[in-house]
Amino acid sequence: MEVLRDQNWLLTVGTFLPLVGVVVMLFIPKSDEQSHKSVALITALATLAIGIYTLTQFDFDQADKLQFFADAEWIKVISSNYTIGLDGMSLPLYILSMIVTVLVMIYSWDHIPSPGNPKAFLSLMLILQTGMAGTFIAQDLILFFVFFEVVLLPMYFMIGVWGGEQRQYASLKFFLYTMFGSALMLVAFIALFFKVRGALPEGVEPSFSIPMLAEYGGLLGRSAQIWIFAGMFVGFAVKVPMFPFHTWLPDAHTQAPTQGSVILAAILLKLGTYGFVRIAIPILPEGAREWAPWIGLLSVIGIIYGAFGCLAQNDMKRLIAFSSVAHMGFVMLGISTLTPMGFNAALFGMVAHGLITGMLFFIAGSVKERYHTLEIARLGGMLKQLPKLGWILGFCAMASLGLPGLAGFWGEFPAILAAYSPAPGLSEEVFRVFMVIAALGTVFAAAYLLWLFQRTAFGEPKPEFSGGHGHDGHGHDGHDDLHDVNTYEWIAWTPFLIAIVVFGVYPQLMFKIFDPAVSVALKAFGG
Amino acid sequence: MLASILAQVPWQAPTIDYHAIAPEIVLAAGICLIILVDLFVSESKKWITASLTGFVLLGALIPVLTLAVSDPDARSLFDGRYVIDEYALTLKALFLIAGYVVVLLSQNHVEEGDYYQGEYYTLLLTSLTGMVMMGSSRDLVSIFVALEFLSIPAYMLAAWRKRDRKSNEAGVKYYLLGVFASAVMLYGMSLLYGVTGSTLLSEIGRQITVEGDFGGVHALAIVFVVVGFAFKVSAVPFHTWAPDTYEGAPTPVTAFLSVASKAAGFVALVTILYVGVPQAKDVWQPFLWVLAALTMTVGNLLALRQSNIVRMLAYSSISQGGFILMPLAVAGTGDAAGPALQAVVVYLLVYAAMNLGMFAVVIAASRTTRSGEISSFGGLFSYAPGLGVLMTIFLASLAGIPPLGGWIAKFAAFRAVLEAGNGWAYGIAVIGAINSVIAFGYYGNVMREVWMKPAPNGETRAVATPTSLVAALTITAAATLLLGVLPGTVLRFGDLADLVGAFGR
Repeated sequence: MEVLRDQNWLLTVGTFLPLVGVVVMLFIPKSDEQSHKSVALITALATLAIGIYTLTQFDFDQADKLQFFADAEWIKVISSNYTIGLDGMSLPLYILSMIVTVLVMIYSWDHIPSPGNPKAFLSLMLILQTGMAGTFIAQDLILFFVFFEVVLLPMYFMIGVWGGEQRQYASLKFFLYTMFGSALMLVAFIALFFKVRGALPEGVEPSFSIPMLAEYGGLLGRSAQIWIFAGMFVGFAVKVPMFPFHTWLPDAHTQAPTQGSVILAAILLKLGTYGFVRIAIPILPEGAREWAPWIGLLSVIGIIYGAFGCLAQNDMKRLIAFSSVAHMGFVMLGISTLTPMGFNAALFGMVAHGLITGMLFFIAGSVKERYHTLEIARLGGMLKQLPKLGWILGFCAMASLGLPGLAGFWGEFPAILAAYSPAPGLSEEVFRVFMVIAALGTVFAAAYLLWLFQRTAFGEPKPEFSGGHGHDGHGHDGHDDLHDVNTYEWIAWTPFLIAIVVFGVYPQLMFKIFDPAVSVALKAFGG
Repeated sequence: MLASILAQVPWQAPTIDYHAIAPEIVLAAGICLIILVDLFVSESKKWITASLTGFVLLGALIPVLTLAVSDPDARSLFDGRYVIDEYALTLKALFLIAGYVVVLLSQNHVEEGDYYQGEYYTLLLTSLTGMVMMGSSRDLVSIFVALEFLSIPAYMLAAWRKRDRKSNEAGVKYYLLGVFASAVMLYGMSLLYGVTGSTLLSEIGRQITVEGDFGGVHALAIVFVVVGFAFKVSAVPFHTWAPDTYEGAPTPVTAFLSVASKAAGFVALVTILYVGVPQAKDVWQPFLWVLAALTMTVGNLLALRQSNIVRMLAYSSISQGGFILMPLAVAGTGDAAGPALQAVVVYLLVYAAMNLGMFAVVIAASRTTRSGEISSFGGLFSYAPGLGVLMTIFLASLAGIPPLGGWIAKFAAFRAVLEAGNGWAYGIAVIGAINSVIAFGYYGNVMREVWMKPAPNGETRAVATPTSLVAALTITAAATLLLGVLPGTVLRFGDLADLVGAFGR
C-alpha cells in the first residue's frame, strides 16, 4: 500500500489541539465565563486553521492514497500502532467535524443552555472534537476503537446535564446502546486480528493496521467473514443508527441541547457509516456481499419507517430526529449496493445530511428559545412573525427533502440510482425493489417536511404568541423573546447555508475527492 | 535429648541471597521500628508512624528496583521454594505502591477517628509483608504461610472501629469465612502433598500429568485449593463475606482489602495453576469457567441494586474479579497461557490504580457529604468540580471506557480469551461483553448523581481535601490516565515467559 508521508505531524496536531484548549481552561476559574468562551472559540478556530492548512496541502490528484501518513509504535505487545492517515473518503468528514465545532462554539457564545457552566460545557465539546477527528484519521483498529469511544462520555454528559426534561433517561439509553454495540465491535476486531494472523502469508507482520487488513482480510473463509462482519455490523449500525437499533436516537436528539443535537447529527452518526466504508466492507468483502441485501432491506425499512415516524410527530425536534433515521437509510442503501456510485452517494449523503440536519437542529434550538415550545400544533405563522427564521427553515426543509440544486439531492438520487445495478454477485431484483421503495421514501420525505414547514411557518401566528402585534409592552409570556435571527446565529449559520447551495450546484467538488478513494475501498468487488 | 535428635538429621544451612530478600528484610525491620517508635512518641506525635510507614514502603521498593535492573535471570532460594523472577518483582512493586497509597488514604482517617495509629500501621505493614512474600512463594507451605501472614492482620484491621457494631461484624465475618477458606484450602494442599509426596510446586507439576494415574483424589485436591482461593478473591458463590466486610471496615481498609488482599489471592491462584497443576487443566478450566461467569454476572446484577457506594464498590469489585478469572478459565487452551497471564497481571495493576483512586475520591467526597449513600453525592460536580471529574475518571475507567486504564485491562482479558478460540472461550467472551455493558448501569448511576442531580440539603461548601489524599488522588489518577493512553508501558510487565513454561507439552 503506497502512502504519502509528507508533513505527517499535521493530523496529530489537528486532532489533539483541542485538548490543549481544555488544559488551558482547566486553569481558568469557573466564574470567568467570558474567558472560557474565548479560549474555546480560539482553540476551535486554531484547529480549523490547521484543518484548512491540511486541506491546502492535500494532494487531490492522489486522493486514493493515505496522506500525511504517520506510523508510530503504540502498544507493541498487542501489535497495535499509532497509525494515522487521511484519504479522499475521510478528508471531507475530518474537515466537516472541525467546521461544525467552530460554528457550534460561535452559536454557544450567547446560547449556553441551562444550567450554564460554560467551562464544563465547552471543555466537553473540545474533547468531543478530538474524538471525532481522531476517528476519521485512525488507520489502526484499536486506535479507531479508542477514538470511537472517546466521544461517548462527553456526549453522555452533554445530554444528561444540559438536556431537556427527560435528559437522564435519554442519556443513559444513548450510552447503553452505543456501549453494547462497541463491545461486540471490539470482540469482532480481536477475532478478525486472530483469524487474519492465521491466514497471513510468510513475512507479513500481523497487526491491527486497517490498510494491511484490507489487503489480506479477503483471505479469510466465508463463514468467518460472515460472523466477524455481523459483530462489526451491530457496532456500527447502532451508531448510524439503522432500524431496528434506532430507538435511542429520537430520545437523544429530543433531549440533547441544541449544540449536542447538531454535533450528534452532523458528525457522530457518521462515525457508524464511516466504519462501514472504511473498515467492515473493505476488510471483509465476502461477509459484506453476504450481508448486503439485509443491510439494504433494513435501510429501506428505515427510510419508510422514519418517514412514517415523522408524520406521526407533534414535536419539531423529534420530527427532525426521525428524518435522520430516514436519511441515514439512504446513506446505508448506497453503501449496501457495494458499487462506487453507491459509496460516493453515501459519502456525499453523510456530508449533506450533516450540513442540512445540523442546520435544522440549530433552527429547532432557536425556535425553542423564542417560543419556549417545539410543539408543532402551537407554532404557526413564523413567516409573518420571524420571516428570516421562517425562510431559513423553508430553505433547509427543501434541502432536506432532496430538492435538486441543493446538497441533499446528491446524497439521495445517486443512492437510488446505484440500487438499480448493485455490485456483481448481488441480486438485481431485490435491489430494484429496494430502489422503488426508496424512491417512494423521497415522496414521503417531501410530505413530512413540507407539512412541517406549512404548519409552523404558514398561516397566522397563534394567539398565545401574537399578543399585541408589536412592542407595546403588554404581551404574553415569551412575547419579548420573539426576535428574528441575531448576529451570532447569522455567523454560525451562513457557512452551512452557503455550503448547502455550493455543494448542491457543484457536487463534483466533493465527488472528485471521494471517487479515487472509493475505488480503492471497493477493489475487492471489481469496482 | 534434643541435641541427639538434631545430630541425626544432616543439616546444612541454606545459602541465602540477601539481595533477593532485601525487600522483605526492609519491611520486617520497618515493622519493628514502628512498634518501637510508637512506644516512645507522645500521643500528639503519633502521626510520625504514618510517615514512617510510607518511608518503609518506599524503602522496600528500592531493592525491588535494584533487583529488576541487576540481572535478568531469576534468583531461586531454598531449592526453588522462594523465587524472585520478573513476575514476583512486578507484583511486589504493585503491592508496595498500593500499600503506599493506602497509607496516604489512611492518614487523616485514622488520625481524625482517633484510632490506634501505631498498631494500625504495624498491622498494615505486616499484611503487606505477607503479600510481598506471596509474590515469590513457589511451595505449598510458603504460600500458606504468606497467606496467613497477610490475612490475620487484615481480620483485625477490618474490625478497627472498635465501638461500631458494623465494623465488628465486618471483622468477625471476614475472620470466620477466611479461616474456613484456609481450612478447605489446607485440606486440598494436604491431599496434593499426599498424592505427590512433595510440597514444592514445580515437583507437583512434574508429578501431576494427564498420562499418569490421575484420579478423583487429584481432582478433589485441586478443586479444594481453588475453592480456598475463590473465598480470598471473593468469587461467586464464595463472595458472601465481601459486601458486609467492605461496608463495615474503615474505608481505607476496604480499599486495601479490595485491591491488595484480592490481588494477593489471585497471585497465589495463578502461581499454583501455572506452576503446580498446569497439566490438570481439564479439572480447573471448567471449574474456573463457571466461577468466572457467575462472578461477573452475579456481582454486576447485585451491584445494580445498591444504594450505598461502598457496598456498590464491593459488588463491583466482585464483578471485576470475574473479569480477572475469565482469562484463567481458558489459560490451558491452545496458546492462551501467555496472554492469559499477561491479562491477569495487567488487570491487577490497572485495577489497583483505578479502584484505589475510586476509594480515595469516595473518602475525600465523604468528608463533605458525611454519608456513604450514593444519593448523597448529588451535585458533587457543581460544588467540587475537581472531585467530580476525578470520580468520573475512575468510574469510567472501572467501566472500561477508553482512553482510561480500565479499557486496556478488559481488552487484554478479551484478547487472551479469544486467543484460546474454542467454544468455551467464545462463550465466556460473550458473557463478559454483555457484563461490561451492564456494569455501566451502576457506574453510570453514580456519574448521574455527581453531574446531573442537585446537591441534597443544598450543601454547597466542599470540605478541603487534605494533602495526603491529594497525593493519593494524583498518583492514582495519573496512573489511570497513563495506563489508558500508553498501555504499552504496563503490558510489558505482563510478558512473563518464566511462568508459562510449565504449560509446554
